[in-house]
Amino acid sequence: MINRLTDTLNFQAEALVLRSERQRLIASNIANADTPGYVARDMDFATALRQATGQAGTPGRLAATAPGHLSPPAGARGEAGLRYAAASQTNLDRNTVDMDRERASFADNSVKYEATLRFINGSVRTMLDAIKGQSS
Amino acid sequence: MSMFQVFNISGSAVSAQSQRLNVVASNLANADTVAGPDGSAYKARQVVFQTELMGAAGAAGVRVSTVSESDAAGRRVHDPKHPSADAEGYVTFSNVNAVEEMVNMISASRSYQNNVEVMNTAKVLLQKTLQLGS
Repeated sequence: MINRLTDTLNFQAEALVLRSERQRLIASNIANADTPGYVARDMDFATALRQATGQAGTPGRLAATAPGHLSPPAGARGEAGLRYAAASQTNLDRNTVDMDRERASFADNSVKYEATLRFINGSVRTMLDAIKGQSS
Repeated sequence: MSMFQVFNISGSAVSAQSQRLNVVASNLANADTVAGPDGSAYKARQVVFQTELMGAAGAAGVRVSTVSESDAAGRRVHDPKHPSADAEGYVTFSNVNAVEEMVNMISASRSYQNNVEVMNTAKVLLQKTLQLGS
């Protein structure tokens, strides 16, 4: 019964975790903007979210198909959602970080992180209102 | 919570960039150093950045792996009256290229600013996360 209250939050919670992971990825790219040979990475957010919420087959998941296989720890996720960025302009030091793209992704991800936070806040407030009723 | 790692990542980048800025400062300070009695003047230095993996997938900071010295020939100026002039009357200055160093300085300072902004945004987002549900 109680998980019916929290089930609606799960989707947004997964989205929030993925958003913060993407924020970390973009921060890594910005940090390595001057590192020779660094290849920028980014997340295919839609696919990652579909995998995290179990709405799609998860190619990155480990399956124990033989008795000798180790079972993955709980909550472990494959890196299937991570992609490497191609260089938008050729560089002598083979660094593929495009600062304009990274800054845009960073702003985009920050706003969407905040949006997810607001969705969660909204659900929590709705739930609290339902619990309290109109008595106050 | 992967958002906390943003501080480690950007922090490593900020410290690497400030080390780069330090090296630029030494180079510019020694731009007009002449060769000592051993005949070798100050050599321009460059930091070499390297990616430093930080545990979780995709988290990559930066560190300065080495500081390399440029082995370009020093600037030679004919000035026989200079106390450090050699037998032919040439004075050897350091091989620092002031224009390159200025460009390097601006690049380092921009990267520094970028990383500080990343940390600020992460801080704001974390504060909003902490107030969740209130």
